[in-house]
Amino acid sequence: MIWNEKMECMGAEEMREVQSARLRETVAYVYKNCPRYKKKLHEHNVAPEDITGIDDISKLPFTVKEDLRDSYPFGLFSRPTKEIAEIHVSSGTTGNPTVVGYTREDIRLWSDVMARSFACAGALPGDMIQIAYGYGLFTGGLGAHYGALEMGLTIIPASSGQTKRQLKLMHDFKPRLLACTPSYCLYMAEEAREMGLDPKKSSWEIGIFGAEPWSESMRKEIEDTWNILATDIYGLSEIIGPGVAQECGFKKGLHIFWDVFYPEVINQKTLKHAKEGEEGELVITTLTKRGMPLLRYRTRDIVSITYERCRCGRTTPRISKIQGRTDDMIIVRGINVFPSQIEHVLLGIEGTKPHYQLVVDRKAGKLDELEILVEVEQKIFSDEIKQLRLLEEKIAKEIESVLGIFVKVRLVEPKTIERSEGKAKRVIDKRTA
Amino acid sequence: MKLVQISVFLENKQGRLFEVCSLLGKEKINIRALSVAESEEFGILRMVVDNPTKAVAALKKRGFVASLTDIVAVEVDDKPGGLASILGVFSKNNINVEYMYGFVEKFSDKAILVFRFDDANKAIKVLARNKISIIGEKDIKSL
Repeated sequence: MIWNEKMECMGAEEMREVQSARLRETVAYVYKNCPRYKKKLHEHNVAPEDITGIDDISKLPFTVKEDLRDSYPFGLFSRPTKEIAEIHVSSGTTGNPTVVGYTREDIRLWSDVMARSFACAGALPGDMIQIAYGYGLFTGGLGAHYGALEMGLTIIPASSGQTKRQLKLMHDFKPRLLACTPSYCLYMAEEAREMGLDPKKSSWEIGIFGAEPWSESMRKEIEDTWNILATDIYGLSEIIGPGVAQECGFKKGLHIFWDVFYPEVINQKTLKHAKEGEEGELVITTLTKRGMPLLRYRTRDIVSITYERCRCGRTTPRISKIQGRTDDMIIVRGINVFPSQIEHVLLGIEGTKPHYQLVVDRKAGKLDELEILVEVEQKIFSDEIKQLRLLEEKIAKEIESVLGIFVKVRLVEPKTIERSEGKAKRVIDKRTA
Repeated sequence: MKLVQISVFLENKQGRLFEVCSLLGKEKINIRALSVAESEEFGILRMVVDNPTKAVAALKKRGFVASLTDIVAVEVDDKPGGLASILGVFSKNNINVEYMYGFVEKFSDKAILVFRFDDANKAIKVLARNKISIIGEKDIKSL
């Protein structure tokens, strides 16, 4: 079903009218209510009157993550804190965390886009959903919760962790839907087997997986393991949390809800719009938010966008699966390395699982070294050193052919790499330590 | 007659060998022979124990990667040239040894050698033909 048929199936011309009106309104709103934005617009020589329609969006300055950090905690809010209904905080790996605030209207918006997302994945009112995203400051759990309430799903608010209990809830209550991170979903399969449960016989039919980038090969692994439809949900707390974009059953890109989150894809060097289908950084403008609206927020996520109509009937554009967030990207000897590239290689080698970690180090006066830790699985274990060495070499060689730089592969014991109940920690950069 | 050896993947980290051995101790599994093959970062612990199936199950349950491998254990005289005589037999008969390790019996003048062959069945035939005594499962339990 299509949850918000009016907005998700609107014709292009009518949508432009809606977006234009909303953009004008949003720019005027932040100008009036957020001193930092007023200053930013002044510095950029734009006045609210200059924005007459959606095409004028390129006149606006970008907002970047540093703007949020610099205005910690509430400097980018457009409402006084007493009018803020809820605050979420995403852990920053460096410096101040990112703080976002929602008014009651924003929570209603969040509920709507999350309900759209669940419906887009194939959920129906009355379905039971197990929400195994963490509840709390992280947006995943509560965002999914609001959407599920809005849609009339039966909610198991399991939150993340306590895997044995998750599996028992699944086994006993038989939810049709599962919402969690893709890496946690795979982790649960290991636990299930240890408990003597067959993952293929799980009650879950549809998974709504997000909060971290994951590859097509990981999708296949999840779908084969659990015998479910694995769909990708996209979002970021700065914009709203999960619910910015979601795949439909055709799995041909994520429908972005552009009546409320206006997408642009820019070339990171020229900062100009990339052509349709060309990769670039996703930039989003919130068109109806009240608590903390953002203009042209640079997500650091690399995608391409298509405006072609999807067979599902929605008219919204679709963004490609996230190749990787530029935050996760590491530069090793001048080469951009995304953890997803490593994941893809590992899933292509018989018997290896995507449990890996990248360790970058630089010894004094030496070049950067990239070491990849890979967990040994029962299937690939040999009792001969020679065979394990060959396996290390094989993995290294395939990764080298993808990245173009020398890497060292080290086999480690199972479960030595920290498992994600939230997000997987894929990169350890010792160069900055 | 083949014996079963258990092989365990271990990272070269402090205390890992201890963990395996104390786990087996708790499970009342007796280690008859043991060897560690190692590379720079990891090692493979190979053991002949009195109850390999139970041992592997216990190890897997604790998250270790472990497997069972067929090996052949033979008895030779514990004296100079004992090992050479037996290796000579293999060499003459084109039998490849992947790896081997040995241990000395407590109350006899025999040494026990554990071999991993690329072709165990062929090796067993050659050993029998040369009247070299092979150790069976029962012998291992009563050692």
